[in-house]
Amino acid sequence: MAKAKDSGYSERLVRALSHGRIEIGQRVRIEKAGCVLEGILMPRIEAGDRDCLIIKLDSGYNVGIRFEAGTKISKALTPEVKRIEAESKIELGKIKESFLKFEWDPTKPKVSLIATGGTIASRVDYKTGGVYMLMRPEEFLYNVPELREIVNITEIINPFNKASEDMDSDDWKVIAKTTSKSKNPVIITHGTDTLHFTAAALSFMLRSKSEKWDETHTLPLPVVLVGAQRSSDRGSSDAALNLICASRIAVSKISALAQVGICMHASESDEKCYFIRGTRVRKMHTSRRDTFRPIGELPIAEVWPDGKILVHEEKGERKGGAMIADTKFDKKVAILKAYPGSEPRMLRFLVKEGYNGIIIEGTGFGHVPTFAKKSWIDEISRAIKSGLFIGITSQTIYGRTNPYVYRNLRILNECGAVHLEDMLTEVAYVKLGYVLGHTKKFEKVKEVMLKPLAGEITRCSRQFLV
Amino acid sequence: MLKAVFGVINMKCGIEIHQRLAVGHKLFCNCPCELSEQKPTQTIKRRMRVTMGELGGIDPAAAYEIIRGREYKYLVFPETCFVESDDEPPRPVNNDALEVALKVALMCNCNIPDEIHIMRKTVLDGSNTSGFQRTMLVGIGTENSYIDTSEGKVRIKDINLEEESAGIVEETDGLVTYRLDRLGIPLIEIGTKADIKSPSQAKEVALKLGWLLRSTGKVMRGIGTIRQDINISVEGGARVEIKGVQELDLIEDIAKNEIARQQKLLDIKKFLGGSLSVLGPYDVTENFAGTKCKLIGSTIKSGGVVLAVVAKGLVGLLKTELCPGKTLGRELADYAKAHGCKGLIHTDEDLEKYSLVEDFEKLYEKYNLNKLYDAIIIIAERRDVAERAIKAVASRIKLLSERVPEETRVANLDGTTRYTRPLPGGERMYPETDLPPIVIDKDYLHALARKLPES
Repeated sequence: MAKAKDSGYSERLVRALSHGRIEIGQRVRIEKAGCVLEGILMPRIEAGDRDCLIIKLDSGYNVGIRFEAGTKISKALTPEVKRIEAESKIELGKIKESFLKFEWDPTKPKVSLIATGGTIASRVDYKTGGVYMLMRPEEFLYNVPELREIVNITEIINPFNKASEDMDSDDWKVIAKTTSKSKNPVIITHGTDTLHFTAAALSFMLRSKSEKWDETHTLPLPVVLVGAQRSSDRGSSDAALNLICASRIAVSKISALAQVGICMHASESDEKCYFIRGTRVRKMHTSRRDTFRPIGELPIAEVWPDGKILVHEEKGERKGGAMIADTKFDKKVAILKAYPGSEPRMLRFLVKEGYNGIIIEGTGFGHVPTFAKKSWIDEISRAIKSGLFIGITSQTIYGRTNPYVYRNLRILNECGAVHLEDMLTEVAYVKLGYVLGHTKKFEKVKEVMLKPLAGEITRCSRQFLV
Repeated sequence: MLKAVFGVINMKCGIEIHQRLAVGHKLFCNCPCELSEQKPTQTIKRRMRVTMGELGGIDPAAAYEIIRGREYKYLVFPETCFVESDDEPPRPVNNDALEVALKVALMCNCNIPDEIHIMRKTVLDGSNTSGFQRTMLVGIGTENSYIDTSEGKVRIKDINLEEESAGIVEETDGLVTYRLDRLGIPLIEIGTKADIKSPSQAKEVALKLGWLLRSTGKVMRGIGTIRQDINISVEGGARVEIKGVQELDLIEDIAKNEIARQQKLLDIKKFLGGSLSVLGPYDVTENFAGTKCKLIGSTIKSGGVVLAVVAKGLVGLLKTELCPGKTLGRELADYAKAHGCKGLIHTDEDLEKYSLVEDFEKLYEKYNLNKLYDAIIIIAERRDVAERAIKAVASRIKLLSERVPEETRVANLDGTTRYTRPLPGGERMYPETDLPPIVIDKDYLHALARKLPES
């Protein structure tokens, strides 16, 4: 049971609680203005009034009662005390330990699970009133007993618990290294906000041992990234279907699935998931379950919870051998967005800060303001001359950039900026960090940036918007 | 005559009134509250999963829905938004709805919390896409919160503001279809304490609370816009929650029937003398291989099974009428139906009607049973459904010699009720983390108190 001092209440209230030897989770009696209430004292959420006691009534409702002059709080001594106090001996909001003891079926294919936090590993946080990201992997797996029929999760690695917006390339390195150590297919649970950045990073950092850093990457096994848009403590959570389908991908022997991809809902229905290439995927909606969409190509596969898999990509036999993590990464890369009225001197700041590469997300085919009052051309030329690599992507998200169609594009191209075909901005940013981590030679950087290593550039622009 | 009976029965009864509010838009989004007259533009299929309660346990009613393993289909209308389809977090609470709820709380002399906490009430029957209903306690009953009736005072327990559930369209073979236009309409709930002493008083309270709500001028009118739940128990019986009584005139009948049902169950318990053994379930599909009963024959033909349980000493009791129009056999059939099957057949029925006489003869022989003592109950269905249903029926039969079970029932149009699910526990509530608590300003409350309608 939590002490009053850790409860989030105001000092005045903490003193009153300590004085009455009242702890969080205890059944209390509150008397105020002729009204008497009994219920369990809950911790104070950060939002709202810290002088307000939160009581969980027997009906299950929480109410806030402001502690004012004349308010009395004491331990309750009604008959329910025993039952409810016994229940609250478990730490509030945590699953009973006995629930978590389950065994995997050793006859099922082995899979490693790396849990990194995010909504999928979240549940109610009584302190902040928001969502709590420190759920143990066993807790969210507990909610999906079907997994035991599909996989044998031999190890659960939990290198950190982070919201994905708090991650950076150091975290990608940890995930890549952890993944490469697994001899089994890997499922990685992750927050969704920057899941596609991590997917791209793993696509570049992981490859078969026999391959070089600047050659097309292949993997011996599937590396499946999975998240959730609804936390696992909700009856309507999408986590279960996503995990089940991710497991189906992980244990499948289909060779096309041996790559890094994101496996999440294909539609708003709990029907099937898409397994989408790690370099052609983007979060396209703030809240929908089917937020991850393949951009400019079909998903690698569609997967149903019963194990049916429809593959959209042909691929030769899987290579055997080990997977390695090549995590050299230059952090001095950035994304800038060019838009009407945008400030080109931002480039100057990045040059001064020692950046080695910038991805500019241009308009349309990959334009920047060229003859505008605030033209970007001079700043870009200066930056390139000082040794920076400048790659151009498009903020249209869909479609290929082009360095020639319009005069302004050619001017930009002549400065030395490189239009990166149909590579997604986020992917280009991650790839540039990876490439600059290996070489600083401009021509080599340019060559590798334009060469698809992990499907990040499509060969042809085909007709599909999914 | 009934009055005299109720005079000696120690009955406990409280009611809850649910009234839809006419306040422009839904409780947590800006969609209209009117039901759509257009065709659905899309359907969404979902499943619900079991969740942990705030205190670490699982709510029995919630676990039950998972056991049933149903799938839910939602009809999306042009007026439906992502909040309703659980594809977007809720928007801030509809202030007009909150104001009406606070006014009603003040009219009932309730205490209003200094901070209102929006809660999630776990609901896994699919009637809410999120897996929970958002609800908030806006008024806590005091000694001065009561309704005067001709049979004495009935105290108000609490007043809540909550979301209406999605409307059920149909239920077929494990798939329940709901329409999303009803989901999220603001609903005010007034609950009374168990002070009601007779069925007629229950009706009077419902009527008076209805008047009180209408006096705000902000309630919807018409069929389905107001409904009552009745919590009722008789001495020695159990608390039963009867949901969804839409006709005021039915309240009395339902209360009378429930009292009769619980009393009759207590009589049966007494008759059984504390022991009742149930054998099985047995897979008796083979016994019915050559049945003349078309219904069972076609079930077996399509891969279904016949499962049976034997209740020792129950012969004759299955046709006992628990209340007018409801035998114990029908009551047990409701448990089977709640688990997804069409019904059951038992030996107290006219087996000739089903052409099943010979098949049951064989069963008595095979299991060496006494026709004058042992009742047999069978269910013919798809295996998974049959297994779930026969287990539910067997557990219910076992309880006959022990107690009247606490449960949630739903009102039928003839004034009887049927089993729907176990009674939910307190663990089905946890805080709505997508919205902060609502701090109630005292000055605002004082101003509101001056604007109350005459009640």
